[in-house]
Amino acid sequence: MKSMTRQKPMEEIQQSLEGLDKIFVVGCGTCTTLTNTGGVEQVAEMKGRLEEMGKRVTGATVIPTACDDMTSEAMKENEAFIRAADAVLSLSCALGVHRLSLYLDKPVIPAVDTLFIAVEESPGYFREACAQCGQCLLGETAGICPITACHKGLVNGPCGGTNNGKCEVDKERDCAWTLIYNRLKEQGRLDLMRKYQPPRNHHVALRPRVMIIQ
Amino acid sequence: MLSRFAEALDSGRFVVTSEVAPPKGTNLEEMRHHIELLKDKVDAINITDHQSSVMRFPSLGGCLAVIEAGGEPILQMTCRDRNRIALEAELLFAYSRGVRNVLCLTGDAVPVGDHKEAMGVFDLDSLQLLKAIYRLMDGEDLGGNKLDGAVEFCPGAIVTPEAQPIEPQLIKFEKKVEAGARFFQTQAIYDLDNFSRFMEYARKFKVKVLAGIVLLSSARMARYMTENVPGIFVPPELIAEMAAAPKEEMLAKGIEIAGRTIAALKKGNVCDGVHIMAIGKEAVVPDILAAAGL
Repeated sequence: MKSMTRQKPMEEIQQSLEGLDKIFVVGCGTCTTLTNTGGVEQVAEMKGRLEEMGKRVTGATVIPTACDDMTSEAMKENEAFIRAADAVLSLSCALGVHRLSLYLDKPVIPAVDTLFIAVEESPGYFREACAQCGQCLLGETAGICPITACHKGLVNGPCGGTNNGKCEVDKERDCAWTLIYNRLKEQGRLDLMRKYQPPRNHHVALRPRVMIIQ
Repeated sequence: MLSRFAEALDSGRFVVTSEVAPPKGTNLEEMRHHIELLKDKVDAINITDHQSSVMRFPSLGGCLAVIEAGGEPILQMTCRDRNRIALEAELLFAYSRGVRNVLCLTGDAVPVGDHKEAMGVFDLDSLQLLKAIYRLMDGEDLGGNKLDGAVEFCPGAIVTPEAQPIEPQLIKFEKKVEAGARFFQTQAIYDLDNFSRFMEYARKFKVKVLAGIVLLSSARMARYMTENVPGIFVPPELIAEMAAAPKEEMLAKGIEIAGRTIAALKKGNVCDGVHIMAIGKEAVVPDILAAAGL
């Protein structure tokens, strides 16, 4: 599982940092390293870009996994450099930004947008595999998620926009329901596709979603 | 009480519907003109619902204009822009103002339209919307609450007989039949052999099928549709026939093709009627009907 990210345009980053001159840069050794958006190289590059902008970079680090509780240790190790900064620029995903914000009283500014949670199906090919909808249908759809793989998230079969197994929003994208149909047919389980799926409950877990595990 | 359109469906005669697109803006003149032109020539007029995800005057507003003109509207309702609360509320309002026919559609994807950053809702799908209508007809909403005054509609749906692969579409078609769709208006059909095969299958179900007739206005448009519009296949010989017509006679050729297709469907008793979509050329629908001998 990877948290997929894309770097924000530099103009947007520059705007977010307006009035903040001394910056500490944080990357993440897990997802953004694997997606080349927040690893050692990108952190070094960002440092250079910030300096070109006239910012002073007080320090930079790549935390092994920015979203876990070891982040507090990493923050302590860099305490002096962070204290010298006006803000922390994070090249981790939003989970990392959130975690960093728990430990810092400085503004934490995201340098990347978090797009989706993906599995790497083949080297370099990341597909959104779960929207965390709270009502898993995979057992009835041959392991292909109609919520994430169908543009409209339809649960009762294809729409009229399907075309030769492709989706109306993009001829390069597969129609999820053609994939589901083919696989259910192979499995001899097409009766599952004939079943009526009722409207989904969008509040299986009430937002803001929280779970306490004891 | 049956809607006039439902009565026409039940009469067993060849039913004709057509459609009108509301304007982008509040100038209703052209829409009203098209409604006037069609209201006495067809059994019902569909009003499209932000077709191709392009924001326009609403379908319901168009339906009210049809009623004001003394015509019979079919409210096209997609699931793209409203959640179940808004859909149910609109159905209550539509009923209260005399709308009696609803065509349930999933709706085109938002990014194909002119508000590309808008949220696609799809809280319900076309099938769930059909079921919701029956629930409202039973005097209850989707929250399980009793209504003070129910609705009564003749609900319909769409099917794409040219879809490839066809089997997943047919499964959905059957689910729509089970959900209570009383009529189907199909995506455009041009290949009569293929459509007849579809009808052999569809005849097994107790529903009325109106074949979708989209007017070909030029060879270029025919080519474009067959290459780009999902579920539309214009056979090469029809494209060639269009292309052979002199430029100024292309529209007339398209009208002739639409007319003879309708006549063939009627003569062969292939389906229960037709749904004519002239897409921007609504003014020539009476000519298509004349060409069909209707």
